[in-house]
Amino acid sequence: MKPMTNHIFRVASYGRRNPKSVGGLAVILFLVLFWLAGSMLISPSKAEPISGLPDQPPSWKYLLGTDSNGRQLLPVMIVGTGLTLRIGFVAGCIGVCVAIILGFLTGYYRGLLDTLIMGIVDILLTIPPLAVLVVIAAMTVEVISLNSMILIVASLSWMLPTRTIRAQVLSMRESGYVPMAKLSGMNDLEIIVRELMPNLLPYLAAGFVSATASAVLATIGLEALGLGPQSLPTLGMTIYWAISFSALLRGMWWWWLPPVIIIAALFVGLFLLTAGLDEIANPKLRRSI
Amino acid sequence: MTISYFIKRLIYFVLVVYGAATLIFILPRLASERNPIVERMGQTAAAAGILTEGVDEMQKAWEAKFGLDKPLWQQYLNYLYDVLHLDFGYSLAYFPAKVRDQIAGALPWTICLFGVATIMAFLLGSLSGALLAWPKAPKFLQYLLPFILTFSAVPYYLLGLVLLFLFAFTRHWFPLSGGYSIGVFPEFSLDFLLDVLRHSILPGIAIFLAGVGFWALQMRGLMVLGLEENYITFAEAKGLKGSRIFFRYAIRNVLLPQVTALAIALGQVISGAILVEVVFGYPGLGTLLLKAVSGFDYNLISGIVYIIILIIAVSTLIVDLIYPLLDPRITHHRGTG
Repeated sequence: MKPMTNHIFRVASYGRRNPKSVGGLAVILFLVLFWLAGSMLISPSKAEPISGLPDQPPSWKYLLGTDSNGRQLLPVMIVGTGLTLRIGFVAGCIGVCVAIILGFLTGYYRGLLDTLIMGIVDILLTIPPLAVLVVIAAMTVEVISLNSMILIVASLSWMLPTRTIRAQVLSMRESGYVPMAKLSGMNDLEIIVRELMPNLLPYLAAGFVSATASAVLATIGLEALGLGPQSLPTLGMTIYWAISFSALLRGMWWWWLPPVIIIAALFVGLFLLTAGLDEIANPKLRRSI
Repeated sequence: MTISYFIKRLIYFVLVVYGAATLIFILPRLASERNPIVERMGQTAAAAGILTEGVDEMQKAWEAKFGLDKPLWQQYLNYLYDVLHLDFGYSLAYFPAKVRDQIAGALPWTICLFGVATIMAFLLGSLSGALLAWPKAPKFLQYLLPFILTFSAVPYYLLGLVLLFLFAFTRHWFPLSGGYSIGVFPEFSLDFLLDVLRHSILPGIAIFLAGVGFWALQMRGLMVLGLEENYITFAEAKGLKGSRIFFRYAIRNVLLPQVTALAIALGQVISGAILVEVVFGYPGLGTLLLKAVSGFDYNLISGIVYIIILIIAVSTLIVDLIYPLLDPRITHHRGTG
């Protein structure tokens, strides 16, 4: 009993010192909760076209109104939040996994491979991700599915984490405990998994959040151009439909404002979480933001 | 030292541009078996009635015309040669128009809007960020921090939608979309310029607001670390004026990493600017890209994407070349040989 309360107390006291990551986590958990509770209370079929009358303002029957295709917008928001979170989360996972592999390959083994991979990373970082994604998305088969959307945005979310992980591995490699482990007969894999990984955890967490954030940013950007899963009511596609049906000019604020608010909340949450995790990973920053 | 730096930067520039061109060539060919000619003919057939005879011959003729019947490596070399001359062929959706002319029509709009808004955001953001970290700065600045945080986290185009609603839809202070009023003929006159300016203010503010927060936060972080350096304490001990310490000692030294950050962030900034144009219907590259995407205009898409990457590579090169001018250490090396 006692160690448990002690543990909770320690987490709480850490949270007080790092209010940013707590705030960010709270915003994201709230969105997850909105999605989970919403999908339990309201059937997702109401997010489909012609599930209600078109162009209805908010009322007791349609809480957030309907769009021109007769989708009910409250269910659309619930389903869309879930889809967008899922795309970001899975793409972030893929991005971090690729970054871990490449970061260790380049940082731990160095050599020609390091020069080559980091050269490619530098070049890809100069090229705006959206531009490349537009080319990929525009050329894929007629309807983009949820999975291909995840792969498309994940394909460019690994570069920044790769860079940070590599830099960290480079500096850890020079610290005393790695040669020590080598002398005691550990092989490379053991050193990487047992000595380096645990020290990297805060960086991995920060890298995961930043990969997720860039994946979400790319997803919504592509979808706003109409290059998303067109049959699914994601947040970005809702904005695309709202723009192409000129919801703004027709005064249908209930169509475009809710997705804007949810997306803004999601970005603020991810941003706070990134800033907070950066502070944990990089104590020098603690006073800076 | 400086010469080798220039050469390294130039090689990097060429690599980026070459890499981008190659990506644009390879990606569509990897992504699908979709043939843009067949696709286009299908659309024409749907519009003009069903063709059954001679489809194969027509396809062959078109492929020969666009060089698609040649082996892949030869297509690649031809493509590189064309791209070097900024020749992207004909637009598929607006056929007699050439891609180059369409881009040339849209480019000045994007460069002016994006250039002015970004430079202003960078300068004002850096200055306010520096002030936020400066202990003697007015206190009211601290209250701006939460707003700056929020704005910097929200993508430009979403901010654009809200601005459009507040100031163009409900208040009618600004036009709802476009780059100039309908029925006005583009010309060099004061009236036209004012009209363009009125249309550019809202999208400009959207880019500016989102950018200013980013630069302020970045600068504040750098400044907090910079103010702990010994030379600041020394300058204070010498009894220098606050403004002199602020500009000549504190800002001068953290300006370098800030300019580096500008070079790195340009790609993200322009992606956002493109979507702002879509929201505002501003007649720049973003709106053209939207048209190209919806018309499946393969040539136009790759042309626009290539030009965007070229703009970024050129601006990165410019920033890289200004960098030694800002860094006294490099100038010093040149002086002493």
